[in-house]
Amino acid sequence: MSTTYQLEFERPLREMERQMEVIEAEIAAVSRDDNADVSKPVIELERLRDKWRDELDRLYSNLTPWDTVRVARHPRRPQTRDYIGMIFKDFCELHGDRRYGDDPAIVTGFARLGSIKCLIVGHHKGRTTREKLACHFGCAHPEGYRKALSKMQLAEKFGLPIITFVDTPGAYPGLGAEQRGQAEAIAVNLREMSRLKTPIVSVVIGEGGSGGALGIAVSDKVAMLEHAWYSVISPEGCAAILWKKANEENNNAAAVALNLTAANNLRLGIIDESIPEPPGGAHRDPEAAAESIRKWLTERLRDLKRIKPANLPGRRYQRFRKLGECSQVESEQEVAAVETAG
Amino acid sequence: MTQLATPTTPEVKVATRRTSIPEGLWLRCPTCEKTIFRKRMEANQHVCPECEHHFRIGALERVAQLTDPDSFEPLFTELRCADPLNFTDLKPYNERIKAECARTGRDEAVAAGRAFIKGRPSMLCCLDLTFMMGSMGSVVGEVVTRSIEHAAERDLPLIIVSCSGGARMQESGLSLMQMAKTSAALARLDDAGGLFISVLTDPTTGGVSASFAMLGDVILAEPKALIGFAGPRVIANTIRQELPEGFQRAESLLEGGMVDRVVHRRDLRNEIARVIDYAGK
Ligand SMILES: [Zn+2]
Repeated sequence: MSTTYQLEFERPLREMERQMEVIEAEIAAVSRDDNADVSKPVIELERLRDKWRDELDRLYSNLTPWDTVRVARHPRRPQTRDYIGMIFKDFCELHGDRRYGDDPAIVTGFARLGSIKCLIVGHHKGRTTREKLACHFGCAHPEGYRKALSKMQLAEKFGLPIITFVDTPGAYPGLGAEQRGQAEAIAVNLREMSRLKTPIVSVVIGEGGSGGALGIAVSDKVAMLEHAWYSVISPEGCAAILWKKANEENNNAAAVALNLTAANNLRLGIIDESIPEPPGGAHRDPEAAAESIRKWLTERLRDLKRIKPANLPGRRYQRFRKLGECSQVESEQEVAAVETAG
Repeated sequence: MTQLATPTTPEVKVATRRTSIPEGLWLRCPTCEKTIFRKRMEANQHVCPECEHHFRIGALERVAQLTDPDSFEPLFTELRCADPLNFTDLKPYNERIKAECARTGRDEAVAAGRAFIKGRPSMLCCLDLTFMMGSMGSVVGEVVTRSIEHAAERDLPLIIVSCSGGARMQESGLSLMQMAKTSAALARLDDAGGLFISVLTDPTTGGVSASFAMLGDVILAEPKALIGFAGPRVIANTIRQELPEGFQRAESLLEGGMVDRVVHRRDLRNEIARVIDYAGK
């Protein structure tokens, strides 16, 4: 029941887990004797388990934004390749951008979602140390974004819908990435995704860090898993600049101010849906999380199939066109005053 | 590793160091370190008369340098920052904005309008580094998008002069979405066959470089301008080594194939007009 890695806010669960372990050991010891009555400790164990579940629910339904970020980064949280394995059949991975290389931080390939043939694009962070290093912890290089785009254009050509999984702290900030045009690669993805004549749906499954996330998420429908985050900058990055120092207190404050949770992003119209996670987060029950995602993807692709592909770019443009909030100066005098001042 | 994902960090820091030119009759050029007469520098389009260092300039100065006298008709001036997240860090965002307005006499980090450039009708949009580091929030994103749409509707060549630390943190996800919005608008301008000349000036980084700024049909850059996605400090911290000489500067981007031309400020107006003659409608 306990996971090997526990988050700070899960501390109240630890004591209960310890108690349960003691009782379990007790039951195991006593039950060697055939005549022993174990009903009492078994009832006690059940009571503790219920209490544990309630506490888990309570903790996860009251996560602070900063704790949400921690859940989104949980080392056991399912990643793109995990979801590909759980949700799709017959994954046919496609490699390389045909220009420079093959970035493992972005996975692309054909697959089947039930009876729907589709193209998958997703950030991948890696699980083992070696894989993590190869993937730069999910921070893609320009060749990753270019690979994503070239495969998406392939999907458009062959009339396949596109499914993207977003899970990155941000695009990789390094020498080679800059020299090979990180900014250009992301920018081109934003422009070209907006006019692809095939349905695109995206799920932010963990971290949605800035332009590196958006670079594969200019989509018809965007969802976030309940405990994912999506923002212009990480709380630590924001705290370091605006609060002058990244520390526990400032990261907390920045996470709140950034409105980075699924609920926040839903309210702002940045995403279309928040997909509930199983009790205690996706890492406690990856199959259940995968099932919720599968259902959402299937429904959205079914809706989008009804729209003529040629009409998709126009609708997608309107989706992003309306995002942002400005106020307006009403009177012409005010405008005139400002113009003269300027 | 998460600190990696903070493309806006360094731009802002690096940029603040030399944003404003200190007041006074004389000033010291940061490149040649010579003391120069301010009026002479200003009369020279804010370029150091000794070493050609391009000082950073505000949007209105830029408009004046590029357009024919009295031809600039401002557009979309009614838009103001709405502080959609009610954001507060050490100071409330709306107070920061008020202070920036008072300090600069501007109302946002952008100026847009129709103008003639050497007699050629154009749509011009200039970011303003003096205001909140030229960062892109909802207003900048909206003005850029409307400029693109206006250019497409009127068949005008579009010129955007960029200088920005990136997306504006205080509007978080909404700032991020301006990257998608402006880039998608450019897809439509492109579909309509419109010309977009992107001018990159010091500095153009983060969410601005990773959206409309790098999407020009023709990309011009001012000499020595810092252009990149992540800022130099974040990169240096990530790779833990010193950055090569000239890294992320306009000249190395030219060498690396990332921009079309590096153009001295005094030639910018002519060069824009020349490109319009080749590629405009
Ligand atoms: Zn000088």
